[in-house]
Amino acid sequence: MLIFTLRRLSLFTFTMLLLTLLSFSLSFLFPGDPLINISGAINATPSQLIEIHQRYQTDSSLFWQYIAYVDQVTSGNLGLSMASQSMISHEIMNLLPATIELSIVALLIAMFIGIPLGFLAAIKHNKATDNIILSVSMLGYSLPVFWLGLLAILTFSINLGWFPSAGQISLLFEIELVTGIQFVDILISDSPYKWQAFADATAHIILPACVVAVAPATIFIRLARTSMIEVLGTSYIRAASAKGLTFNQLIFRHATRNSLIIVIRHVGLQFANLVTIAMVTEVIFSWPGIGRWLIVSIDQRDYTAIQSGLLVLSCFIFVVHIMTDFIYAALNPLARGIKHGER
Amino acid sequence: MNCLNPFCKLALLMVLLGGCNDQGKLSLSQRSIIYCAEGSPESFNPQLVTSGTTIDATSNQLYDRLIAYQGDDNTLVPALAKSWHVTRDGKKITFYLRKDVAFHQTDYFSPTRLLNADDVIFSFNRVLNPDHPYHIVSGGKYPFFQNIEFDHLVEQIEKINDYTIRFHLSRADNNFLANLATDFSVILSAEYAQQLSVSNTRQYIDTFPVGTGPFKLKEYRVGSLIRFYRHEQYWQQPAQMEQVVFDITSSNTGRLTKLLAKECDVSSYPIAHEKITQHSDLTLESVTALNVGYFGFNTTKAPFDNVLVRQALAYAINKKALIDTIYQKHAELAHSILPNSSWAYDDETQAQQFNLDKAKQLLAQAGYPQGFTMDLWAMPVQRPYNPNAINMAKMIQADFSKINITVNIVSYEWNTFLQRLSLGEHQSFLLGWSADHPDPDNFFNPMLSCSATKTGSNRTFWCNQHYDDIIHKALKTNNISKRKQYYAQAMTILSQQTPLIPIAHSKRYQARGNNIIGNIMAPFGGISFYQVSKLALANEHSSEQDTQKNTPTSVDNH
Repeated sequence: MLIFTLRRLSLFTFTMLLLTLLSFSLSFLFPGDPLINISGAINATPSQLIEIHQRYQTDSSLFWQYIAYVDQVTSGNLGLSMASQSMISHEIMNLLPATIELSIVALLIAMFIGIPLGFLAAIKHNKATDNIILSVSMLGYSLPVFWLGLLAILTFSINLGWFPSAGQISLLFEIELVTGIQFVDILISDSPYKWQAFADATAHIILPACVVAVAPATIFIRLARTSMIEVLGTSYIRAASAKGLTFNQLIFRHATRNSLIIVIRHVGLQFANLVTIAMVTEVIFSWPGIGRWLIVSIDQRDYTAIQSGLLVLSCFIFVVHIMTDFIYAALNPLARGIKHGER
Repeated sequence: MNCLNPFCKLALLMVLLGGCNDQGKLSLSQRSIIYCAEGSPESFNPQLVTSGTTIDATSNQLYDRLIAYQGDDNTLVPALAKSWHVTRDGKKITFYLRKDVAFHQTDYFSPTRLLNADDVIFSFNRVLNPDHPYHIVSGGKYPFFQNIEFDHLVEQIEKINDYTIRFHLSRADNNFLANLATDFSVILSAEYAQQLSVSNTRQYIDTFPVGTGPFKLKEYRVGSLIRFYRHEQYWQQPAQMEQVVFDITSSNTGRLTKLLAKECDVSSYPIAHEKITQHSDLTLESVTALNVGYFGFNTTKAPFDNVLVRQALAYAINKKALIDTIYQKHAELAHSILPNSSWAYDDETQAQQFNLDKAKQLLAQAGYPQGFTMDLWAMPVQRPYNPNAINMAKMIQADFSKINITVNIVSYEWNTFLQRLSLGEHQSFLLGWSADHPDPDNFFNPMLSCSATKTGSNRTFWCNQHYDDIIHKALKTNNISKRKQYYAQAMTILSQQTPLIPIAHSKRYQARGNNIIGNIMAPFGGISFYQVSKLALANEHSSEQDTQKNTPTSVDNH
């Protein structure tokens, strides 16, 4: 386990190096003064400018400039947003939790729908149920998310009026921003309307989370199906069945656990995919998350925000990957010995 | 009952949630209004701005003026001043203030006294006196007052006693009282300013506002929402609604969706008018606004410093097509900056008609037979005078390509857009003007006078001394037919010089649910939620509403 951890840590370090290098070079690739791009200080007074020059060591060589940049980033200074002139790190800390909240809820929906359906399809392998589940999952996978989002708003918000179409919660509820994760904030708030706010927030998250969940759910269906078929074909299942275990015992006690291991490994991989889908969905559902903020920044040519936003987002996805790797390794001792490229 | 099963717990939770959902949420939404606004305000002090979005969000919600307009004929009526008196020479105007006006009690300020003469003097001296400690806080620009040259007009404001003040003017001015009744001439709290000076946080005066208006600011999240609470000690009957929330939704389709999904009660500048009129529970309303949407040139930048080029482009725009598609025929074609409904409008004024041959000929004369490339700045938000500037820019792009002019369309976020325009970074731009009061001077002066180039509200940077003389003369005379003549001359100069191309005078539209009662819009100036109330929907209990009315709960406790 120690070697496994070290290996992951070195991978993490090198990826971070590459990411910061890319983000650092972006400030030169964007139009305009690199220093302004990197710091976002468009209205700086001359004395402030001198200070920024020193902070980013613009008179030293590129290498030392890069080191200075990494130093700034690691100490939490991501520059100012060119559009609003507020600290980007603050904006991200306010927005990222909303994206995480949406992604986690979507991931849970995708898992709770996708995995059982996949198992069901495997158990009914080559029967009508299997075919129906497979074709539905194929259809779900092919639908573009922006179209699905608009269709969901049109049907469920405008025509049926079941769910709200935009935002995290009705603006009438005053919930103080503490953690940024709406549900937690509601529960720790002292609003007299706490439980209505909770219900309202639930109603708000259902549509966007379901839209985000569609694509990963279809992937989970297929993954769960394949792994279950594989497990059901192994000799220990046949042995257990020969011993006289009932079908339920067989599935729930042996097959499910073993096939889940393979699925869990992919949950982490799907998370990156999920965040990408969530970014588009945030725009459609006016979800106050980092994706919408990034797209607005691109619209406003807010280079500092784009640069820092991309860095934070890719870091975040990478950290999630490593964490799922750890969980996988903890669940499956075999994986700890496997080196990269062996599988 | 033992309920350890997770499904059972979930079911219980659902029942509980459903149970509370019915009662409180309805009463909370019953007592509140959500308004879908088209943009964020630049500031919370109307003295500092001219943008309609900011005026809508601040002026009539947070503040009051000394006097106000009332009725269809726009007569001046008392507001914070219970009466006023003008001397025969028109140079001394005395206001007698009400003695029962309370300022907002907010999270950041608790007033200890009622409104008095000090507050009025503070509010106007801040604008007038460059040495005033608050003059340069927030930039020191007061575009409305600088355009009308308020500092030249007002020599002194004298405090007669605690509730009487007197304005000493340098000359008689027809517009003085009208200007004091506009959305910009608001009264701030001198006591609050004093408190901020002590804590050395003067800049908060315009971001954490304190006024006397029917609502007070509770919360503002940039680009997201503004929350107002009712001002319980308002000097008139308190407002009907306890809470007004401005939901800032800059996307047109976003506002339409929220309106249709009942997420907002009132929506500014709705699109898809037919769709809204089809819904039986929604109302589309409009007022004939005094405004003009135009295509302006930066006349200090080549090639638009050349009047021939400006005229050529005026011939090349197909205004009729713009009105049919962009305004969906809900606007009148503009021949000049002044709407035809104004008494000063001169029917003789000639505007350039759509004529491509003439445009090409003028371009060749100006030395650009091969055309050129230009930037066109299109505003990102919907305003009454221009429902979709980006699309308009695309149509103009197509029109100009016929005379070999390549147009690059540029757009920024609304605040950035206005700031950069006043810095003169643009070549040409699409914008408009909504009148602050019904006098024609409000069109000629703030948009195109030389003094307005300094404040940045004349974004064409066109400065013509002859034109300035004429509009000044028009202000000095009381004789209506003489004023009309002067304005006719001004319109002729504009038509020849073409610092901007007027495109349309449009109506201002708004959509609301049928359960929202009361006037919100006015023909000029900002919206007001003071008179607005909300009816119970058919499926809600009317008894609940009655108890709500009888026992007004204080919102401060929430």
